[in-house]
Amino acid sequence: MLRFIIRRILGFIPVLLGVVIFTFFMARAIPGGPFDFIGDKSLPPSVVKNLEAKYHLDWPEWEQFISYLIGDELYIGPVKIFDLDPETPAYSYGVLRGDLGPSFRYRGQTVNDIIGRTFPLSAQLGVMAIILGLVIGVPAGIISALKQNTWLDYSATFVAVLGVSIPSLVMAPLLIWIFSVNLGWFPAATWGAKPPYFQNMFLTPGFDWGNYFSHAVMPVFALGTGLSATFARLMRASLLQVIREDYIRTARAKGLHESMVIYRHALKNSLIPVVTVIGPMFAALITGTLVIEQIFGLNGMGKHFVQSITNRDYAVVLGTILIYTIILVFSNLLVDLAYGWLDPRIRLDA
Amino acid sequence: MARLLEVKGLRTQFFTQDGVVNAVNGISYTLDEGETLGIVGESGCGKSVGVMSLIRLIPSPPGKIVAGEVLFDGQDLLKMSDGEIRSVRGNKIGMIFQDPMTSLNPVLTIGRQITEALQLHLGMNNAQARARAVELLELVGIPSAADRLDDYPHQFSGGMRQRVMIAMGLSCNPRLLIADEPTTALDVTIQAQIVDLVKKLRDELGMAVIWITHDLGVVAGLADRMAVMYAGMIVEEAEVKELYGNPRHPYTLGLLGSLPRLDQVSGQKLESIEGLPPDLIALPKGCPFYARCKYRIDKCKTENPSLQNVGVGHRIACWIDVTKDPVTTENPWQTA
Amino acid sequence: MSSDNQEVLVKVKDLKMYFPITQGIVIQRHVGDIKAVDGITFNIHRGETLGLVGESGCGKSTTGRAILQLYTPTGGEVYFEGEEITGLKGEHLRKMRRRMQMIFQDPYASLNPRMTVGNIIAEPLEVHNILKRSERRDRVKELLEVVGLNPYFINRYPHEFSGGQRQRIGVARALALNPDFIVADEPISALDVSIQAQVINLLEDLQEQFGLTYLFIAHDLSVVRHISDRIAVMYLGKLVELADRHTLYDNPMHPYTQALLSAVPIPDPVIEEKRQRIILEGDVPSPQNPPKGCNFCTRCPKVFEPCYEQEPEFKEVEPGHWVACHLY
Repeated sequence: MLRFIIRRILGFIPVLLGVVIFTFFMARAIPGGPFDFIGDKSLPPSVVKNLEAKYHLDWPEWEQFISYLIGDELYIGPVKIFDLDPETPAYSYGVLRGDLGPSFRYRGQTVNDIIGRTFPLSAQLGVMAIILGLVIGVPAGIISALKQNTWLDYSATFVAVLGVSIPSLVMAPLLIWIFSVNLGWFPAATWGAKPPYFQNMFLTPGFDWGNYFSHAVMPVFALGTGLSATFARLMRASLLQVIREDYIRTARAKGLHESMVIYRHALKNSLIPVVTVIGPMFAALITGTLVIEQIFGLNGMGKHFVQSITNRDYAVVLGTILIYTIILVFSNLLVDLAYGWLDPRIRLDA
Repeated sequence: MARLLEVKGLRTQFFTQDGVVNAVNGISYTLDEGETLGIVGESGCGKSVGVMSLIRLIPSPPGKIVAGEVLFDGQDLLKMSDGEIRSVRGNKIGMIFQDPMTSLNPVLTIGRQITEALQLHLGMNNAQARARAVELLELVGIPSAADRLDDYPHQFSGGMRQRVMIAMGLSCNPRLLIADEPTTALDVTIQAQIVDLVKKLRDELGMAVIWITHDLGVVAGLADRMAVMYAGMIVEEAEVKELYGNPRHPYTLGLLGSLPRLDQVSGQKLESIEGLPPDLIALPKGCPFYARCKYRIDKCKTENPSLQNVGVGHRIACWIDVTKDPVTTENPWQTA
Repeated sequence: MSSDNQEVLVKVKDLKMYFPITQGIVIQRHVGDIKAVDGITFNIHRGETLGLVGESGCGKSTTGRAILQLYTPTGGEVYFEGEEITGLKGEHLRKMRRRMQMIFQDPYASLNPRMTVGNIIAEPLEVHNILKRSERRDRVKELLEVVGLNPYFINRYPHEFSGGQRQRIGVARALALNPDFIVADEPISALDVSIQAQVINLLEDLQEQFGLTYLFIAHDLSVVRHISDRIAVMYLGKLVELADRHTLYDNPMHPYTQALLSAVPIPDPVIEEKRQRIILEGDVPSPQNPPKGCNFCTRCPKVFEPCYEQEPEFKEVEPGHWVACHLY
């Protein structure tokens, strides 16, 4: 088991390296550059030249890559060239040492700063939405499978289809209109804009839970309902398949009560498809969801990611993708471990 | 010997989108304590559905037992409440199934799967049930049984899994064991092991057995009495030696004729039964075997014969006496 | 059915088929082999049916496929009419394939559900570019008639047929190219008893009609004994005994053959009552890790010293009767 985990983690290294190489060169292959426009204005060529020099964009790409990987300090020595802004280190320590470098467009900020500021909120939103999705979706799926072709099943299926097909783009404004504008129950935005919020995922003393959740409830709900529909449909299909298995008949032939048959013999087996989708879903959600963040005015990772692409802020694009990949491979590892727990036939010691 | 089971006019249907499938069409038979009944027939003849109906294990919907009585120890299983029938299942009536690969839950240890019936029906605590499970595994010939209790089904071979199934079926000392094609998925040398084991346990424990199979060979050395099913009906029933030695229904004759025998090589063609069994959604009005029968007469097309005695304990559902009446057509399927 | 003609059509010499087991994600390390077929030698005579029996996993199906070059054998040679076909490639192999066909076990899985019966049967003709398009249809109708199906069915799809009828379609497809040699891999084991007899009779009729040679692979000794002239018994990747069907039944020499014969039930309660079964203990060992010495030594009731040490040679003990056992 431990060997399996270590082997898998070692296996991540080439994957991450591949992702870095691919995104580094692909991002630079996209036409345009970070300093083409600031706002609507284009910059004077001399300024652009200086800026490009500062971020080494005037180097050959492979040199830029090596400097990104191991850091300027190792590559060209501890010199700051064009020390335009004393606050911003113009060099990074390199991705290999955990430094994602300076942002090209947010002056005075490193990519680590930006992610450190925006990730906690996105992660909280994502985790709560997945939990909500599971709490609603799994039981709904079970009920609708057990009561197959009854009105309960049909209405659950109807709601699930609705939940999947209504995008959060529609759901979110609807929620705001009902609960903020008309009823005034919850604030429409400003979650995480001012306290209370989790500082770096840790609780500050005197944390106001009520206030926290009143901010969180609508974004989480808007995101979570769609998920719950997905989970419900998966759970229903999977459980329906499992209860047709021969071993369920065997369990019934033993005289077990139907609730015991489902609980002990069917549930664990039918969770596998749900667990399978949670892995990538988890990675995608906690690294930010653009639509929800945009509509609720949240300062999350998704928003910055999209902005950095339009800005050609290479360092932020790369950093975000890297973080996403790391979370993805680790959540897939967790999924594999969960498989091993759910199904003893899957051996993890190989 | 005392009567253990009496099935009267059992009829099971499946209500599907294509129509009503007449899976079991009024079958009646009896079983004494300690007796072994072999039920043979081809796929879709209703042999499995017939016995599953006894303990109401028909998937419902779409299945439904629409008529009949199943008297077990004088009590009608079909009229029992859900709770009452559950206390019979796995307790007084044990079951073993065809495919030991799929009939055991892959995510639970075999110890868990054996002990749950013991705890449920016999009120044992965990330690008692585990001790009994070890005894049972030893009984069915699983080596170092105590060490294997916490193994999962995939850690056993096919033959060993079927032994585990048998241990489960026998766990509460049932008075009737229903074996639904328990050797079909197994290799012939393993099949011999399992048949041998069931025979031994039956004689030791004195339970009655209903053994369902499509293989006339397997039951020949096992059953006391045989019932042959076709299209959801019993078409012939007799003591085992009488059935093989003096088969009287044209379908039974055809089945035996189409079976190559290891001990006989005639160099001749097998007597195959041409054609296919009837569609269970649209059963013919007359005898269901009419279209494939070599002996058929006009009456067979319009009237379905019921089971009649033709000897001591020998019943057939046929208008014809194959010992006297001539073959009327060589290849009925072509002229049907 | 029986052949006095001793012309060898297919010669199999020391055929080996190993499936490698590898470990590792990026670099695949070779850690062992599943020895599905481990050095078997036999001949198939023109016009005969050679039965190949054994339990599941013994390598009998792999043997059939390796002979037809559907797998590339790990070692050994296969000759067809004296010409070596192992290692043939491209056009040569295609030419050879026309003369050797296969009938599969599962009549449900081996027919493409989205093709009409006509297209399924015509496919080999198309692949090998035989006959004009217009003539192919007539050939298909002819073939349907040969296997006892109504030519009128030509535009139907496989799901409209019963298991037995589908197996007839499989047979028609195999016959399309007028092959000399057919490997029938468990062609009846998925079928009901009464339908089995229909297909067996059909195969026998076709053999007479077209002078076919069969390798009939099955696990059911009763069926194999009925249809075959000679029978080869396989255990864990090796042949243990080969003899004509009467000798094999009357005088089985290998302890495995003896046990196998005694395990086959006979549909007669009077005979069953008197029969003594040899019940083999335990299960077949894994082909990845076969026992040292004789493959059967872990289960053999007559095992003695040399069996654990040395692999017995497959030798002709009596004329036409081959056995691999230290007892002889």
